Amino acid sequence: MRKNKISAEKLGKTALTVLFSIISIVYILPVIAVALNSFKLNTFVKTHTFELPNGESFAGFANFIKGMTFGNYPFVKSVIYSVVITLLSAGLILLFTSMAAWYIDRRNSIICKIVYYLCVFSMVVPFQMVMFPLSKTADRLHLNSPWTIPIVYLGFGAGLAIFMFVGFVKSIPLDIEEAAAIDGCGPVRTYFSVVMPMLYPTMISVGILEIMWVWNDYLLPVLVLDINKYRTIPIHIQYLKGSYGTVDLGATMALILLSIIPVIIFYLACQKYIIKGVATGAVKG
Amino acid sequence: MKKKISNSRSTLSGPLAKWGWFFLGPVTLAFIIGFVWPFFQGIYLSFCKFRLISNTKFVGFDNYIEVFKDGSFLHSFWYTALFAIVSLVLINVLAFMVAYVLTREIKGSNLFRTVFFMPNLIGGIVLGYIWSMIFDGILSKFGTSILLESKYGFWGLIILLCWQQIGYMMIIYIAGLQAVPEDMLEAAKIDGAKSGQTLFRVIIPNVMPSITICTFLSLTNGFKLFDQNLALTAGQPYIIQEGGTVIKTTEMLALNIYNTFYGQSSASQGVAQAKAVVFFILVAGLGLMQLAITRKREVQQ
Repeated sequence: MRKNKISAEKLGKTALTVLFSIISIVYILPVIAVALNSFKLNTFVKTHTFELPNGESFAGFANFIKGMTFGNYPFVKSVIYSVVITLLSAGLILLFTSMAAWYIDRRNSIICKIVYYLCVFSMVVPFQMVMFPLSKTADRLHLNSPWTIPIVYLGFGAGLAIFMFVGFVKSIPLDIEEAAAIDGCGPVRTYFSVVMPMLYPTMISVGILEIMWVWNDYLLPVLVLDINKYRTIPIHIQYLKGSYGTVDLGATMALILLSIIPVIIFYLACQKYIIKGVATGAVKG
Repeated sequence: MKKKISNSRSTLSGPLAKWGWFFLGPVTLAFIIGFVWPFFQGIYLSFCKFRLISNTKFVGFDNYIEVFKDGSFLHSFWYTALFAIVSLVLINVLAFMVAYVLTREIKGSNLFRTVFFMPNLIGGIVLGYIWSMIFDGILSKFGTSILLESKYGFWGLIILLCWQQIGYMMIIYIAGLQAVPEDMLEAAKIDGAKSGQTLFRVIIPNVMPSITICTFLSLTNGFKLFDQNLALTAGQPYIIQEGGTVIKTTEMLALNIYNTFYGQSSASQGVAQAKAVVFFILVAGLGLMQLAITRKREVQQ
């Protein structure tokens, strides 16, 4: 009797494994469909979406070659600008918000409290609330290039980062910093050689959240950047539609494939950190 | 103990006083440019009529009255509310089911977790174009398109959002499920509880914090949805009403605000900003509600 029950449970689990394997395959079908269609001639994408490319519809790498200059803008440039903006923004946010978070918690003055509560408040404000004045301000201050837009990201993204860092800084015992102070360490050195190394794990979590946000963001860069000169990948893909009367779906899928491959590699390489970062960010935010 | 901490914190804060410009300065400056100034300017502009931001005329609540007379705004409000609730229920039920199964030590659960979370990393614009290809691939067999009927647009966006967010919510639910005390589950087993009873009487009460987080996350995500909406249907199909107002049937709130700002007539920017303020109050209200519920539960525990 007991043996029967155990084997029934085992059978149930095997059934679940089979079921979830099928669901998983269905789950990645959209990505596979993108890959297949990026090798098809444009006219076949809409009519033969779910078929393998055959002799008639196979386009080779033509879509990829065409896609490089598709939309009157070189795709390579969009990739470079996306990388520059994402890395600079994440770097700026990590450096300056962690410094500020430590200072806010340890100094705890009125100004610190005001900045902190404004940051917490900013987390519930949707971007649409500030987008119009923000894009005008950014224009006037010449923050409309890939090298300056990270300042805008630092400003609008400071809230969540400071909130997460303050939460962690609170849990660091003060003894170490006091010992450093007694040994004659000034605040700047105390922060950079004593406190910051302890913040690295939190920095990975915050960094991943910021990278995911900036890399995929469409609305902020499209409003702030000078679009004729600078496009990020999401802007590039959105503008493919506007640039011609009809869209070349084959070339669009080729560009989409090129833009999600690095994301998937990044995900598979740092999956552990990404999932952990997302979990901590969600629970705190 | 508590006193000692606050004492030593003040001994540290003395030498820090001179360094505020260094530690706090850069963030504060960027924060003023990127948030504080635009926020207050936004509130001010919602009470103004203007074409250029340098030349504004104060009109009191006129813009707000316009907002609530605007058929397209009201349509997008109800559409968004319906969308947010349907997506909230579907995403959370499915994510919880997946998390529940994956925490029962079935073979391959790590791989399944990896697969389910993957779409979360793809940006909204790209997601929109991927799914518009798929839906049109299916619908073209029936001689129609996702852009032709608003119910396709609605359910299409629901499917897209489920695909994107189930993995995300699943991660939060898994963390919650793993935190359910082992001895409680064992006690239930010894007392002869059926698996359904264990689920509803033991597990769900214990993961209530995760449920609260996920509920509000998916609700606010639904309300704030923009990129996916723009890339999948951009509000199509359109209906022209008797008075000449164009209703974009699948246009959600965020897109409606965007279109009012940057659409055909630039004269309506004051109204657009007033819509943005209403939108802000709505989303912030949801956030405060979540905070109140979480606080209340913390007190009870």
